[in-house]
Amino acid sequence: MNTEDRWAGERLKETHFHPRQAVLNLRDAWSSWNGYKFADYYYDAEYEYFCVRNSCGTYDICPMQKYDVSGPDAEAMLNRMVTRNIANMMENRVTYVCWCTDEGRLIDDGTIFKLGPEKFMLTCGSPCLGWLKKSAFGFDDVTFTDMSDGIAALSIQGPTSCEVLKKLGLEGIETAKPYDIMHFPFHGSSGDTLMVSRTGFTGDLGYELWIAPELALDLWDALYASGEDYGIQPYGEAATNMARLEAGFIMPEMEFNEALKTVHFQHDQTPFELNLGWLVDFKKPHFNGRRALLQERDKGPEYTLTKLDIEGNKPAEKAYLYSNKRCTRKIGYITSAMWSPVVKANIALAMIKTEYLQGDIWAEIYYEKELRQTSKVAKCTIRKKPFWTPARARATPPHAY
Amino acid sequence: MKQYDAIIIGAGHNGLTNAAYLAKAGLDVVVVEKNEYIGGAAVSRELHSGFTYSSFSYVCSMMRQTIHRDLNLTRHGLLLVPYLGTVNFGDDGRTLVSYHSKEVAYNQLRRHSPHDADSMFRFQTDLTRYAQLIRKTLLRTPPDPTSFRPRDIREMLFLAKEFWALGEKELYEYIRFFTISAAEFLDDYFEDDLIKAAMASPGIIGTALGVYSPGSAYILLHHVMGDVDGNIGAWGLARGGMGAISNAIAGACQEHGGEIRTNAGVKQILVRDGKAVGVTLENGDELRAGIVVSNLDAKRTFTQIMDKNDLPPGIYDKAKNFKIRGSSGKVNIALSGLPKFTGVPDNRYIDRGGQGFVGSLETMERAYDCWKHGRWSDNPFIESVIPSAWDPTVAPPGKHWMSNFIQYCPSKLADGPWTPEKRDRFGQTVIDKIERYSPGFKDLIVHMEVLTPHEIEAGVGLTEGNIFQGELTIDQLLFNRPFPGYAQYRMPIKNMYMCGSSTHPGGGVSCACGANAAREILRDLKLPNTVPKDDCYDE
Repeated sequence: MNTEDRWAGERLKETHFHPRQAVLNLRDAWSSWNGYKFADYYYDAEYEYFCVRNSCGTYDICPMQKYDVSGPDAEAMLNRMVTRNIANMMENRVTYVCWCTDEGRLIDDGTIFKLGPEKFMLTCGSPCLGWLKKSAFGFDDVTFTDMSDGIAALSIQGPTSCEVLKKLGLEGIETAKPYDIMHFPFHGSSGDTLMVSRTGFTGDLGYELWIAPELALDLWDALYASGEDYGIQPYGEAATNMARLEAGFIMPEMEFNEALKTVHFQHDQTPFELNLGWLVDFKKPHFNGRRALLQERDKGPEYTLTKLDIEGNKPAEKAYLYSNKRCTRKIGYITSAMWSPVVKANIALAMIKTEYLQGDIWAEIYYEKELRQTSKVAKCTIRKKPFWTPARARATPPHAY
Repeated sequence: MKQYDAIIIGAGHNGLTNAAYLAKAGLDVVVVEKNEYIGGAAVSRELHSGFTYSSFSYVCSMMRQTIHRDLNLTRHGLLLVPYLGTVNFGDDGRTLVSYHSKEVAYNQLRRHSPHDADSMFRFQTDLTRYAQLIRKTLLRTPPDPTSFRPRDIREMLFLAKEFWALGEKELYEYIRFFTISAAEFLDDYFEDDLIKAAMASPGIIGTALGVYSPGSAYILLHHVMGDVDGNIGAWGLARGGMGAISNAIAGACQEHGGEIRTNAGVKQILVRDGKAVGVTLENGDELRAGIVVSNLDAKRTFTQIMDKNDLPPGIYDKAKNFKIRGSSGKVNIALSGLPKFTGVPDNRYIDRGGQGFVGSLETMERAYDCWKHGRWSDNPFIESVIPSAWDPTVAPPGKHWMSNFIQYCPSKLADGPWTPEKRDRFGQTVIDKIERYSPGFKDLIVHMEVLTPHEIEAGVGLTEGNIFQGELTIDQLLFNRPFPGYAQYRMPIKNMYMCGSSTHPGGGVSCACGANAAREILRDLKLPNTVPKDDCYDE
């Protein structure tokens, strides 16, 4: 019999860490991200979430898009594309950015790694090569290389993550400040084989590891050997989504609809609506969307992304928000909601019409009880700070776990 | 002399909760604690370098998340982490794992008995139904069934409505459930003896009853009605040990201006003209307050720190006869590595949870026979957890500590009083048993703390070392707890209250007793209530 896989070209790609992760994925709970097979969870989402909050977990970020942006014009080009000013960035630093259409609508958010005077790496959730090329109009001396398949990247997050990296032999890793990049030899090789950034998407202490694909499994094995006594465990999309919501981070297709994928007029968002006004720097020269964003700043955003603490224990998923308990005056909607196991609160992110932020906010929550649909109206309280902000996430060196 | 608004005797978790809510209402409160540490039986201490034992209570599930949330206990350092499944060991060499993941658990049960794997769904459904009803009463004051006060009538109607909503058949089943044994209850569901033994074990924990004793079915329910983040029946560890719970509540109490005094044991509650007016400490100091709240158990409160002549007739005898029999011991062991158990694969989803050395129903009942004869079980039931397999903060990396809860161990031995030599022999019995399931276990031991009921009583003042501050049988539950007629936290002396586990809803690190008592005190003082309503209603 012919055992050749006739659908090989159609199947999801496997990441560089897949051989190890497949063994640990007892539940075969796979979803996909940018064409890669990607774990939703491995055994139990809540268990994995608690590893991130209590010990440490690893999250495969191979499917994340990574672009090398190099050349004499690289900095100027990126600075015109994103809203934040990256001209003052130091080498071996990372910064969080977003970029917009000319109408000031958010295309995506991501991070820029400054690796040399003319060498940057841009990472983001969705493919963006097309937009990069469009944004380079007028800049001749810049090249883009899609590195997405060519770098193995693994995030390690949680209170014991720094200890595990120390045990892995990364000397001085505890001196890395948030958003710092460090380079280490790995596996006998000298120099910068392993790049480590103090970044992540959990709001907790954590790092991201970047290495050549051929060393991916060696890195995994060494990391898991070091982490054995520190509660290391892979976690998937489900746990990530819980952790990021507690940290107040936004997700595409939850908090925002990417502008280039939005059919209906203004069903996308501006940075101001998403509470990302601090990423928009009007002091720098022209950048994409500047004029529209200036207008938006002056008149104020129609909606504002808001953190809510909701009474009761029913997650307010997809709930409408009202300014009155009788639920007759609609003022917004919930974008993400969950019961937060660490804070023991019913938390949510919501898009609320800015003019109603000062008054009462009520959520009409629908939920099911053994197939029977039911609803309740719950009072919401606005929270200014992220729900989970452990001091260790900001401290250098990080506190003992 | 300074006059406090309230003195709370005993800085256990309920005393601290009570104080926190009174302080939150603006009262000037002081908690007095006989030990140099706070927390009572919810305490964690580094008794061997690098190893932090939770000497007494070791896991939690009853903890009211409403209170956790309301007192901002996370901000005060509390993180509750659910732990993975328990491996139960049978006498026949089989093991049964209660997996965290439902699908994995189902496949595993089928390997033992396809019938029981099927029945487990019905069992869990029935238990959840019973649990949900009882859970609703946890943060409520039990009604007095003989009273015609509107509040009591309302509360009786509430209970009647909840029971009635079960439907006729389930109502009969529920009433039966309160009086039968765990083993009989399980007979209706399961065939496999190891499955029955594993499911029956929560029915005896902390209680001087056997798996075949009437009343043990309810104890079983008491142990599975808690939850971690809404997962009813799940158990969790407090990061840093159970003491993290007490410390967080103490933090909340102090935030609201409450004062906590350690090394301040109470010698006597002062009563003048039939009213509690303060306490005398063991060092002779006198503290005065408008209200005195005892977080000690009912027997200790009325027979140890009160003058018999201050009490109305009958109360002293009721307290003396309060059923609070010690039945369990605790052995805490520091280990140089993670123990391996025969027949348990090297697998983080199994070896990071707990161990239940259940044997069989027969073995557990024989263990109870020993207790009846006034000796510790020679082949005891042991429930173990290795908190360090989950919590990186309680033992050095790669090293572990193991909490072992042992039934049965009597508070009074037939052959005379407890001695250090007998205590050590009891500890030896325990590690001998574990060694049978984990060859090489003894070589891993670097330190041990052995607690018999004698040490538990001496350490944290629980009479006879009873972990629940009084047994959880129907004669001592709901409006019968601690005594009929005194279930609403007010005691026979004016201005005196109780807030410990001797009151409704009983034992377990729930904070509910302390919070309920605070609500009643504030009601009597005509102050706004600071105690939140439970939010488990729409589950």
